[in-house]
Formats: sequence, structure tokens, C-alpha cells
Amino acid sequence: MTITNDSGAEVAVPSELVTVIIDGVAIGVPKGTLVIRAAEMLGIEIPRFCDHPLLDPVAACRACLIEVEGMPKPQPACAQVVSDGMQVRTQYSSDVARLAQEGVMEFLLLNHPLDCPVCDKGGECPLQNQAMSVGRPESRFTEEKRTFEKPINVSAQVLLDRERCVSCARCTRFADQIAGDPMIELLERGARQQVGTAADEPFDSYFSGNTIQICPVGALTSATYRFRARPFDLVSVPTSCEHCASGCSLRTDYRRSTITRRLAWDDPDVNEEWNCDKGRFAFAYQQQGRLEWPMVRENGELRTASWPEALAVAARGLQSAGADTAVLVGGRSTMEDAYAYSRFARSILRSDNIDFRARANSAEEQSFLAAHVAGTPIKVEYADLEKAPTVLLVAFEPEDESPIVFLRLRKAAASKTRVFSVAPVATRGLEKMNGTVIPAVPGDEARTLADLPADVREALAQPGAVIMVGERAASAPGALSAVAALANSTGAALAWVPRRAGERGALDAGALAGLLPGGRPLEDPQAREQVAQAWGVAEADLPRTGLAGPALYEALHSGSVKAALVGGVEGSDYPDDLAEALSNVEFVVSLENHHSDITAVADVVLPVAVVSEKSGTFLDWEGRPRPFGQVFRDAMMNSDASVLAMIADEFDAATPRTVADLRGELGRLGPWQGSRQALESTPASDAVTGIRLATWRLLLDLGVMQEGDPHLAATARPTVARMSPATATQSGLAEGMHVSVSGPRGSVTVPVEIDESMLDSVVWLPMNSEGSRVYRDLGVGYGDTVQLSKGVPA
Amino acid sequence: MPISENTREQMREIAARYPSARSALLPMLHLAQSEEDEITTDGINACAEVLDITPAEVTAVATFYTMYKREKVGKHHIGVCINTMCGLLGGDAVWDAVVEATNGSNNATTPDGEFFLERIECQAACTHAPVMTVDWEFMDDVTPSSAVEVLDKLRRGEQVQSTRGPVIRDFEATEHTLAFPDDGLADAPSVDDKMLAGLRIAKEQGMQGGNA
Amino acid sequence: MATPLTPVITEYWDRPDLYTLDGYRAVGGYQALEKALRTDPDDIIAQVKDAGLRGRGGAGFPTGMKWSFVPQGDGKPHYLVVNADESEPGACKDIPIMMANPHALVEGVIITSFAIRANHAFIYIRGEVPNAIRKVEFAVKQAKEAGLIGTNIMGSGFDLEVVVHSGAGAYICGEETALLDSLEGYRGQPRLKPPFPAVAGLYASPTVINNVETIANIPYIVDRGVDWFRQFGTEKSPGFKVFAVSGHVKRPGIYEAPLGITMRELLDYAGGMRDGSEVKFWLPGGSSVPLLTAEHLDLPLTYEAMAEAGTMLGTGTPMVFDQTVSVVKAVTRWLEFYKHESCGKCTPCREGTYWITGVLEKFEHGHGQQSEMDTLVDLCGQISGRSFCALGDAAATPYPSALKYFREEFEAATHTSADDQFDPIASYVFAGVGAR
Repeated sequence: MTITNDSGAEVAVPSELVTVIIDGVAIGVPKGTLVIRAAEMLGIEIPRFCDHPLLDPVAACRACLIEVEGMPKPQPACAQVVSDGMQVRTQYSSDVARLAQEGVMEFLLLNHPLDCPVCDKGGECPLQNQAMSVGRPESRFTEEKRTFEKPINVSAQVLLDRERCVSCARCTRFADQIAGDPMIELLERGARQQVGTAADEPFDSYFSGNTIQICPVGALTSATYRFRARPFDLVSVPTSCEHCASGCSLRTDYRRSTITRRLAWDDPDVNEEWNCDKGRFAFAYQQQGRLEWPMVRENGELRTASWPEALAVAARGLQSAGADTAVLVGGRSTMEDAYAYSRFARSILRSDNIDFRARANSAEEQSFLAAHVAGTPIKVEYADLEKAPTVLLVAFEPEDESPIVFLRLRKAAASKTRVFSVAPVATRGLEKMNGTVIPAVPGDEARTLADLPADVREALAQPGAVIMVGERAASAPGALSAVAALANSTGAALAWVPRRAGERGALDAGALAGLLPGGRPLEDPQAREQVAQAWGVAEADLPRTGLAGPALYEALHSGSVKAALVGGVEGSDYPDDLAEALSNVEFVVSLENHHSDITAVADVVLPVAVVSEKSGTFLDWEGRPRPFGQVFRDAMMNSDASVLAMIADEFDAATPRTVADLRGELGRLGPWQGSRQALESTPASDAVTGIRLATWRLLLDLGVMQEGDPHLAATARPTVARMSPATATQSGLAEGMHVSVSGPRGSVTVPVEIDESMLDSVVWLPMNSEGSRVYRDLGVGYGDTVQLSKGVPA
Repeated sequence: MPISENTREQMREIAARYPSARSALLPMLHLAQSEEDEITTDGINACAEVLDITPAEVTAVATFYTMYKREKVGKHHIGVCINTMCGLLGGDAVWDAVVEATNGSNNATTPDGEFFLERIECQAACTHAPVMTVDWEFMDDVTPSSAVEVLDKLRRGEQVQSTRGPVIRDFEATEHTLAFPDDGLADAPSVDDKMLAGLRIAKEQGMQGGNA
Repeated sequence: MATPLTPVITEYWDRPDLYTLDGYRAVGGYQALEKALRTDPDDIIAQVKDAGLRGRGGAGFPTGMKWSFVPQGDGKPHYLVVNADESEPGACKDIPIMMANPHALVEGVIITSFAIRANHAFIYIRGEVPNAIRKVEFAVKQAKEAGLIGTNIMGSGFDLEVVVHSGAGAYICGEETALLDSLEGYRGQPRLKPPFPAVAGLYASPTVINNVETIANIPYIVDRGVDWFRQFGTEKSPGFKVFAVSGHVKRPGIYEAPLGITMRELLDYAGGMRDGSEVKFWLPGGSSVPLLTAEHLDLPLTYEAMAEAGTMLGTGTPMVFDQTVSVVKAVTRWLEFYKHESCGKCTPCREGTYWITGVLEKFEHGHGQQSEMDTLVDLCGQISGRSFCALGDAAATPYPSALKYFREEFEAATHTSADDQFDPIASYVFAGVGAR
């Protein structure tokens, strides 16, 4: 409930408390609390398997039976709601409860194999643990145990040993209630009941790995971890996920310097207890195919070099280019590393040619970020999404681009939040959020936003309404201007949700031309003074202007920029190939952990640490810091910041190199409190005729950080081209056929999928998936026109 | 074989009977089974498509209920009740006779493809024990020899009359009835001596019954 | 003087056309509906309450009270669901009612829907009885054509849709919440209560679920009144019951009689035991109630008397077995049934029936262990009262009651198989193997 305080604002007050007495101890708990939760608050542990605090109660396993005074039969604590004055007796004070629990435990163990010594779960198994605490020492069961063929794949990644299953239905309820992917179900009946999938549709949910984690026995295992380790041999480190800006808390487990698995960690404010499969399983890249030694180019070939030599060469090249250097910071940088780039560019190179947006971007976006996002305090949190009456998504597909936002919106939509999406198609993800599509031609979002249905506009004017805009808005001229105007006119809170984990932190660290750390405008004298002081340089020595976005790309391409310092960027992530542009640049330094299309054109390659080899911070889309520690404390790799500091040493300039120093300096600077330059409003582009391309990156695709886990890759969605029935008919296409989609650079041929919800004259392709790499193969981007024709599969 | 468009249309028709389309799933699966003699992946996918749910959700339902078969049912489904009442009153012997006569086994179609044999649970006809069913129509009060005689007749294509129900058609026809029960056979004889046992005594002895 | 039989629901079953609208109308059918539509719905609920009609599906819950739990004026749709999933071993009275007198059910459905303000009723019939399904469907169709179902029924302004729904083989769907899940197109597994169906049932809306025989009583109560109804039966078990007597009796069949009639009287009506046979054990209403012996034959068949004797009236469909039957074998068969029908949702029922059945099968083959007789009692105790729904409780019922009266047979089963103790052929109702 809420009450209104003196200033008229609503504040939450604790809901009504009731007193329940458990094992003789009284506790006041909110009305509606389940007995099992109330007992937890008292430190009384009641056995349980099907119970999970984030899933609806089912009371199926009956492990938690307790005695409630006045009730003739023992009751399941996981489904029994407390009432005032209720007397509960658990196994600690009631023989009825104890015997009931022991009986259930005996039944659970009946058909459970005695394979704990070879089971992945052994050592961290709720069944094992609770069998110890409430089980009988010896079994009375002498009949034959139920057996199944083992294991079966419920997906390429998730395996199921059915004989271990206790039918708690946590996995199936997760799939249905949380992920919205009811592709695993309880099949069969009675003693033959088992978890399974349809014959021809595996459990390819983006969230499938969570079922493994919440399985209270060893029934579900992952192909990645199965038989790799014993839980008690693992070292666990709390970490944050580097794969997207959702900001998941993770736990990374390793053994003998090898990551064995990653788990979702409990963070009620952010990811609750969930994460996506990319965050869980895509970690092989961290340890496979790594660059180990610096390299310098000699006679056109890269050769291994010593650190001193490589640093000297790098410093020399950068020094001679000086302010004519471009600094390109990849979206996977930590905030500290991005800050080091930002500082290095301005204080050492005296260049403001810096950009963290290794993707399609625009000058409008640069202005938008400076005006509305950089260095601003948290405006929208996850919790706000749950409370929001309305959430409008613009150029943003949460299930693919920020999966935990998707889960939270799904949860919100299940109660009362209405989700709208300005998009060319009502995606399956939108359906799972009960959402409504507001049709927009890709690239023409600005026009749609300017002309929103009146009811949506009204809904956005309700207190608590939220607008979430994704990185693709940068590809739609005027869209960000329109979003800002909409937020302004309706009062809705505005959240920019970048896809990559490092973008928001890099923005706040000042890794964008025109913006000093904390969102400080480069041209503001006070801002310059603050930064100059922090960095120990003269204000006059700070650059006054610089390039970013398309202008910077153009400068690289034309060779007017003399050098480039590139940190963790894939050239093919730019609509126009960056590697190609860099081949016109005299001197390129690449800080990388793997060979890439950029190292291929670099003059100096300096190997750097991956997330498990350093500590750092990501800012998630909310702006919430997600600090993480170093998993491998004895890792030999340097962070980007530390490598930059070594280059600076060559310049005889001292810059901070440790995470603590960088964090400290950035923290002392703090966010900008002064005025900001207003967004330079950009008009919508002129209407375009022809077939427009809608495209975004699927969660699981050819991203380089997903390399090395074939099981994960096998769960990616198949590549298809989606179009409306009319669009298909116009091109002589139909479901089951193949279509060739062509652009200036070439074409891709993929199966047609008819989607009734798709706008006419739009075709959707995955941006970077097997058989469809839009930039490289077609030479077009989001909102560009393409041609369709009947295709013959290769 | 993919489910025909006509069948899909009929599925949509069934779905329209209910305030919530998913309620139609059980009769829809019967319809799919009437077309394919078993629940196939195609049948499951057709139901999933019509109801806009996942094939796994349909599979979960299709595997829960015993009437849905995962193996092609021959021309006729033969059920012999082996629950306590029927089994002990002779159903066990009837089952043995049926197995011997067809060379079949439980939950399988006989080698000649004619019959699918099933040891069935209580058929709500204990007063008529032992009970056999042919395509789920009652064959009450069977003996081993009368049961085998029924099978012989069916094999020869002769007419077999259910003791409380219509002339036997085939498994597909019954499955269709379960999806569309208005099958024009409501005039089939359905009341027998055992159902009238009490009424007859009451009449003979002039008991006023409900009119008292 | 023996309690007279009271054919009411069964009164005109010998009319070949009773299943048709004309036939049913010829014997006064749908008069009650006319009357009901002129009555305040609340008065109908009160009437059924006053009549004291108790649910005929087995639990005996007062029907009128069940109806009164439905919140009125809540703005939500209300539903009536008829539980016609008769699958309990021994129960065989709803299917005959539907095959012989489907309009009594349909008329009851319309009146009940009117009373509880439901505009949509469903009759969920187990799939294994197509002949009952087609009969009821035909009755519904005729009623629709006659304007008794549809919009503005008989000018009353009351609208009703009735859907006949086929199940697909699952005893658990007789459990009312499992039935609802099944009717919604899911696996028929029972739901957590609360919320109870009267508040959040079908499609999360207020729902009344009644047994076929219960609903078939309604037209007669409405037509003939509370006093008429209450002249039959006892104070706590008013009315009459469609008893279905099966087993080793001379004339197994349907006998409609007042509640309170004794088993001995019913046996007499059924011609007594077959020649040369005597009652060994009997169950008043399905395999889910504890069994009784010959010493209990004079107890009145009422909810209260059966409870006092440690059993339950259940479905009121007595199964009578003679001395040729092995209790061990009978109980094993029932447990095999419960194992087969356990839905799998909760641990005690799923695993308990699996275990108990395995042990009982050993006894049946003469391989039981003395100590296992007590273990089985333990296991039944570990299911009873701890399972999710009553199926588990039911599964835990046959063995303890059988052990109570026939311990020596289980003891013998530690060395002698059931078939060696009791020649199976002797219990056949036809002339032994010669019938082959």
C-alpha cells in the first residue's frame, strides 16, 4: 500500500503484519506470507524441492509438510499462507511434521539412483543434503528402481537424466512462468512422468540454463559442464556479466585456471536469480585462441615482439600522429578501461577524436547522449519497470538485446504493465510480454513517434510510465529527437538501453568526442578546468574539438586521421567496414585479446586481459555500477588501462594504471552538475520507397564472444527472412521457399518465414547470424532498402 | 502424413465451442487420432498451430491421457477390463483368450494389423462384468469364447452389435465421434436388462417409488 | 418390511424413446425447468439446500451449500461443470443414467445453471464411453432445437450454452480441480486449493462442479418439492440413490432405492448371492472406500452409518465378492489401478503407489515377507493425508482394511500365491475355462 505524505508524494508503507508462531517462536510477517518464508526469517529450515521463491507454489513434492494447529492433515509450508495467530510446528517440534517429511523423503529416494559419486550435483545437491537431514539411514525399498535411457538432450546444451528427476517441475514452471518458453513440459503420467520436449522442437530458450541451476537434483546438466568438475573442487568468484547491458550478477567457478561454469547470482534489484544462456555459457572465448604476445608489423607481416619493443613502437607511432589520432573504444570495455582511453586520448594525445560506439551510430545520437544520458543519475531502475503502468519500447527488442529487461517486463506485464513497441513487427518476444506493436517502418520511427495513437500518448502521461530506446534508434534519423520530445511532452521517464555491457560506462567515462568524464561538455570552461585539474594538465592543453561517429569514420577512411588506437573492436561491427577504413590510416595500434579483422591491419598488436583476468566495473542500462573482481588473481595479462599506462610511460607521462586509482579519480570527478548542451533536434528522413530492411543482432549469433561453445551455438535461432504475406506475394515468395535478399555488396539466400504482424514492404533478417551477415554480405544496415527475389538455397 | 487442411478447419470449429480455445485440445487430439490412427508429431503440431501453443505443451497433454496412442491402432481397438471386478469375474480369462486368438500383446497392434489390444481399467460397467470394448463400445458380459467370436466376426467383416451401443464401426469412427459426438447414432440400443433390474422389481411389486 | 425400491431417475428407463425429447416430455420432462425459470434463482438454491441433497459423486458434500458459495453479482462469468468422468472401480451408475435418461441430466444442467447464474455449462464425459457421449450430445442438441438451451430460454431472458466434452482416459479427472485443468486443455492434475472452484474455477471464474446423478436429481426436487424429497432417506442422507450392485450376486444391476436401505435388502433385490456362494467382502461405493464383510450387511447405506462403520458410502455402487475371491489379488489389482492412474504430481501418491504395488505383486505371487505386511501399513500411512489430492488417500485405503479383516490371507501369501490359495476359475461368472 502507499500513503500520501505532507508533500503530496506517495510513499510505500509496510503492508499489514500478522503474527505467526513457528515452533513456539512468534514473528510478525506481512499478510500473505507463506509459512516456508516466515520460517526462513526465523532461521528454521524446512525441507523443500518444488518450492522456489520466484515461482508460483505448487505443493507437489510434499517435502515441506508441517503441522498447523486446527488443521487435520499436515500442510505444505510452501503453499500455506500465514494467518494471524497461526500456530505452526515444523519437524523440530512436531512428530506429525517430522514423520511426514521422513515419509516423503523415503518416497523421493525410492527411484532416485545412488549415483551421487558421479553426479554433477553431488556436493551441492538439495536432495543429497536433505536426505542427510531428514532421510532414513537405510532404504526399505527392495524392488526394482525405475530406469530410463540416459541422458537425453532437451536441447543441444541441456541434458536430462530422467531417473534422477523428482518431478518438482521447477524447470517446466520456470520455462512457462518466467521465460515464457513452455518448450519443456512434464510428459507422461504417474510413475512414468518425466520432463521432456516435443519430438521435433528442442528447448531452445534463451534462458534454458536457469533450469539447470534451479534443478534440486542432478537431472538437468549442461553439455558444457557435465562431468567436468566436482563442486567442492571449484573456486567461486562473484562477477558481473560482460555480454550485455542488463547487468547480471554472476558467479564464475574455476578449477586449475580453467573456467568450468558460470551461474546466475542472486541480485533482487537486477537479475533476481536468472541470467541468459549467453551470459551463462559463452565464456570459452576467454580461454581459447588468445593473443599471448605483443606483435609488430615488419615488412608487411606481424611478428611477435617483446613488450618493451612493442610499447616503444606504439608510442612512437602515436606520438608522431598526436592529436591526429582516433581512439576507438570497444563496447566490451570496463568503465575503468574506457576512462583510461578517454584520459589517454585527451591528456596524452590531446585528441578528442574518440568514440565507444563500435556499431551503427549517428551525430544525432552523440547529441542525444550528451544531452540526456552521459553522467546522469539513475532515472529508471528494474523495479520501476515492474511498477510502470506503461512501457514504450523504441527500436529495442529486449529478448535479444537485453534479456533481463525482457524477463522483468514479462513479469511486469503479468501484473498490470502494458508494453508497447514501436517496431515493424510484433515479435514473439513482444507477444511473451503481452505487448502491442505500434507499426513503424524501419528507419521511419521518428514519424511514427510524432504521430502516436492518442491512447498510447495518454498512457505515457501516467505517472511512472517509461520509454526505453535501444541502440538501433541511431539508425533512424530523428528517432532519438522524437523520443526525447515525447518524454518531455508526456513526462515519461526515458531510458537508453545500449546492447553492449561497456557502452554506458564508456559514455560516463567520457569516451565520446565532445564529452569529458561524468558527462562534462568539452567546451564548458568549468568542466575543462575540473578535468584538467584532476588529470594534472593545463586546461589549454585539453583538445577543444574532435570527431566521432560518421564524421570520424569518414576521416579515417579519407586518411585525414593519421593514427588509430583501437581497443577491442570488431571492424565488421560497423555498417561500413572499419578494417577497410583503417587500411588508409598510417599507423594503427590494436589492444586485443584475440586476432581480429583489426589486428589484421594493425601495426602494433598489444594483448590485453579478458574480464576474468582483471577487475572492473560495467554500468548497466540503468546506470547502476556492476563492479566485479578478478577471477584469476595470478593472471599475467594486463588490462587495457595498464597497457595504456605503459605506453604513457614511453611518453614520460604518468597516468593511473590500477583499477583502484582509476575508479578513485573518476569517482572524485563525479558527475557533471552544470548545464548541458540541448539536443540538436534532427528531422525524420524523407520517406523512402522500396523494401526496407529491419535487422538486429539475435542474442545468440556469430558474436566473437560466443565462440568456442558449439552446444550454445546449436541453440541459436535458425536464420530466416521474415516478411508479410503481401510482401511475399509481391515477390512471388511463400512459406517454405527461399528468398534472396540483395544489397549493394551482395545477397544472402535464406528461408522465408511469413509473419502476419510484419509491416508490408519490410523484410527482417538477423544482423549477424549464420548465413546472414547483413553489413558484410549486403552492405546495408537497418532501414536501408533491399531487393527481394526467389532464391535457391546453396 | 501432415494433417489435412480440412481437419485443421474442423479443429478450429471445435475450438470455437469454448470460451477459451485451448479447452478444445482433448477433442482436437481425438480428431487428429481419427485421421492418423495414433497421435503423430504432425497431429501434435497441427493442434499446437491451431491453438497457438507449443508442441511441447500439446505433447504434455497427449502423453498424459491413455486414450491417445503412440503406435498405430489397427482397424479396431479391443479393450478388456482387467480391474478387480471384471478381471476376477473372468476378464483375466477373456484377456488370455483374446491374446491367444490374435497373437497380440498389451498396448500393441496385432501382427495382422487388425486389432490393437489393451488391458483397460474400469469401464464403469461393473454390473456387466466381465466387460470388453470394441472401439470403446460396450461388449458386456463377455466370456472367452464370446469375445473370440466377436473378434472373428470383425475379422470377417461381419456386423457386430454393441450390447449397449451401435453396430461396431471402427476405431477411427469412434475417435471422430469423440470430437464430434453428434454422429447420428443416438438411437443405438443402450438400456438392457441389468439397467432395468430394479425398475422391473419395483413394477412387479407395485412399489410407488418416486411417486409416493 | 423391506425398504421398497424408489425408481425416480430410473422410473421410465423401460421406455425405448426416453432418450428423446418427446419421450422425456411424455413423462413430464422439462416441467421442472418451466417452473424453475419462473422462480428466483436464490430460491432454487435454497430449495436444494433445504432438500439436503448431497453430492452423489462420492464425497457427499451438500449440493445447495456448494451452489451458495458462488459469489453472486461479482460481474464474472459463472460456469457449471458436470463431472461425468465416472471411472472409479465399482462405480457404474452415471454412465447408465446418461445412456438411459440423458434429458434428466440436461434439464438438471439448465436449472442448475439458472440457479447459479451460469451462462455456460460443460458436461465432461470420460472418453471411453462414446455411447454415453453421443446420447448426451443428442439430448443437448434436441434441447437446443426446442429452445430449451440457447438465448432467452422459454422467454425467461436466461441464456445458456451447453458443451458436451470428451475426456481421453484419466481417472484423476474425476477429481474436480484436475477435471477443470483437463477441461481447459491441460494435463489433468489437481490444482492447489484455495482458491476453491466456487471462487476461481474454470477460466479462473466461479464454477460449480457436480456429479451426473446429483444434477439428475435436480429436476425432480424442483418439480416435486423438498418435502417429497425428504420423505426418502434419513435426516442426514435424504433422498434416493441409484445403486449399482455388482459382483457375485444373481442379478447385478441398477437398483434405485432410498438412502438408508441396507446392503442385505439390496442383495435380496439382486437375487442374493449366486448359488453356493456367500458374501466374503463388499465395498459400499468404489474401490476407494474401506471394505466391509458379511457382518456389516445390515447397516443402512447412508453417509453417516457408513462413516461410523469405518468406511464411506462413496459412489453408492456396492461391489460384492464371494468366498472364491482372493483378497490379496483384489487389493493388488486395485493398487495396480491407482498406480496406473496416479497423475504423478505429488511424491507420496506417485512413488507410494509404485512401491506398494510392487510389494503387493510379490504377495500375489506368494513371495511376500512377513515384515512387509507392516511396511505396507507404514507406506499407506505415508500417503494418506499427505498426498496432494484424494487419489493418494484412496490408494492407501484398500490394503489396511483388507489386512484388518483378512490378515491370514496375506500371511499365507508369504509362501502361497493367490491363485494357489484361491482357484481363479472358481470366481469367474461363466462356466470356468469351459466357456472357451
